[in-house]
Amino acid sequence: MYDPTVARLTYRALLGRRRAAILFLLPALLLLIAVAVRVLNGADDQVAADLLGGFALATMVPLIGVIAGTGAIGPEIDDGSIVYLLSKPVKRTTIITTKLIVAVAVTMVFSAVPTLIAGFILNGNGQQVAVAYTVATLVASIAYSALFLLLGTVSRHAVVIGLVYALVWEALFGSLISGAKTLSVQQWALALAHKVTGNGLVTSEVGLTTAVTLLVAVTVVATWFAGQKLRKLTLAGEE
Amino acid sequence: MSSQTPDANQISHANQIPDANQIPDATRTPDATRIHNIGYRSYDGPRLGRAYARRSLFSQSLRGAYGLGRSAKSKVLPMLLFAVMCAPALIIVAISVYTKADKLFVEYTQYAILLQLVVAVFLASQAPQSVSRDLRFRTVPLYFSRPIERVDYVLAKFGAMASALFVLTATPLFIMWIGSMLAKMDFAEQAKMFGQGLVSVAVLSVLFAGLGLVMAALTPRRGFGVAAVIAVLVISFGAVTTLQGISYATDNTGAIVWLGLFSPLTLVIGLQNAFLGARASFPGEMQVGAGVGVVYLAIVLGLIAACYGILMARYRKVGL
Repeated sequence: MYDPTVARLTYRALLGRRRAAILFLLPALLLLIAVAVRVLNGADDQVAADLLGGFALATMVPLIGVIAGTGAIGPEIDDGSIVYLLSKPVKRTTIITTKLIVAVAVTMVFSAVPTLIAGFILNGNGQQVAVAYTVATLVASIAYSALFLLLGTVSRHAVVIGLVYALVWEALFGSLISGAKTLSVQQWALALAHKVTGNGLVTSEVGLTTAVTLLVAVTVVATWFAGQKLRKLTLAGEE
Repeated sequence: MSSQTPDANQISHANQIPDANQIPDATRTPDATRIHNIGYRSYDGPRLGRAYARRSLFSQSLRGAYGLGRSAKSKVLPMLLFAVMCAPALIIVAISVYTKADKLFVEYTQYAILLQLVVAVFLASQAPQSVSRDLRFRTVPLYFSRPIERVDYVLAKFGAMASALFVLTATPLFIMWIGSMLAKMDFAEQAKMFGQGLVSVAVLSVLFAGLGLVMAALTPRRGFGVAAVIAVLVISFGAVTTLQGISYATDNTGAIVWLGLFSPLTLVIGLQNAFLGARASFPGEMQVGAGVGVVYLAIVLGLIAACYGILMARYRKVGL
C-alpha cells in the first residue's frame, strides 16, 4: 500500500524548487495576520476563533489541499510522465494511496502547524481554541487531499475546479445557504473539533455521527475511485 | 562526371583503378561539379513583417483566452465564466426595468468587485495557458525565429490578456448600460457612470493581466501557475480585508486606507473611490482622498511597469 520510491518522487514534485514557496506563502500570511491582530487588538478568544475559522480553516486548508492534492498527481498526468510510473511493477492502487499519504502529510504540515502557532500567538490557546482548530485542520487535510487527488486524476482542470469548490462552495455557499453546510468538509471537521475539545467557540452545523460517516465515506470513496481512474487512464494529448 | 578530366588525373590512377572518372578527386577542377537543381525557388512575395507577426500573436492569444481556435473542451471553462459574469447583469437590468427604478441597484464600478472571484478564476485558468505551455514545450524560440523581438512577444501577450479581461469585465457593464437606457433612466448620468466604470475595469484588466502573466511565466507547470495567481489575487484581498476589518473594529481607522495598498483589488477599489466617483467600499465607508489617491495611482502604475519589466527580464534568456 505504500511505496517509498513513489513517495520520494511525489515529495520532490511537491516541494522541489520554487513550488514550496507558494506552500510557505499562505502559512506565513496567517502568522503575519495573527501577529498583526495580537499587536493591534490584544488577546481575544472570539477574534482568535473567527480568524482561525475564517482564514485558516475556510481558506488556507482548502487551498493547500488543492495544491498538494492535485499537485501530487496532476502535473505528471498533464505532461505524460505518469506512463513511466505506471509501467513499473507497482500496483496502481498503491500509487494512489502513496500519493494520498504524501499529500495528506504535506497538507497537515503546512496547515495544522501554522494554525497551532497562530492560535498560540492570538490568545495563547485560551479556551483551547488553538488546539480545537488544529484538530479541525488535521481532519480536513485528509478529506481535502483525497478529494483533490481524485480531481487530479479526473480532470485536466483539476486546480481550477478545486479552487472553485474551495472558494465558492466552502467559503461562499457554506456561509450563505445552510443546506450547503451539511456537504462541507469544513463543517465535518468542525464537528469533530467540537467533540474533541468540548469547546463553545467551535461549533458546527452537522452532528458528530454524520460528520464522521461522511468524512470517512468521502475519503475512502474518493481514493478508491481515483485508483479506478488510474487503472484505465488514457493520456490526453495537449489541446 | 564529365569527360574533361585532366590527363594527369588519369595517369596517376590508371594502373590502380579501371575507371578513374568515377573517383571523387581533390585534383578535379571546381567547374566540373554541379549541384543538381530540383526546382526550389526563393520566396519573392510580399513579406508582412514585424507588425503583422505581432498582431497575429495578439489576436491568436486573445482568441485563445476564450478557447477560440482550440479544442471544444477548452472552450467550456472560459465561455462558462463569461456567461456567469454576464448573467447577474441581465438579472440586475431585468429587476431594474420591472421595478421602474430610476437607477440600477448595482453601480457600474462595483460590478467587477462583486464578481471578483469569476475574474480571478478566469485569469488563473487562462494566463497559464497563454504563456506556460510555450515555456514548457520550449516553443518560445519558434516565435523568435519570426521577425518579432522580445518586446513584441511580451506586449502581444500582455495586451491580449488585458483585452480578454476587459472583454470579460466590460461586457456586463455594457449590458447594464443598454438596460438603463431601455428603462429610460437619465441618459447623461448613466453615460457618465458607465464611462467611469469602463475606466475602472480597464485599469483592473491591465493590472490583473500583468500580475497573472508574471505568475504564470515564472512557473512552467500549469497547475502551480493557476494556484499562484489565485493566491496572489484572492488571498491577498482576503488578508487585507480582514486586517481592515480588525483595524476598523479597534478604531485604527487611519490605517484602513493605507492597508488597501497591499492587494491588487483593493488598489483598484481605492483608485476608483478617489478619482472615479465610486462609492467607498472599505470598512467604515472610509474615503480615499485625492492625496492618498495619488499614492494608489502611483502604485498601480508602478506595479504594471514592474510586471512588464519582470516579463521582459523573464524572456531575455528563455528556452534556448
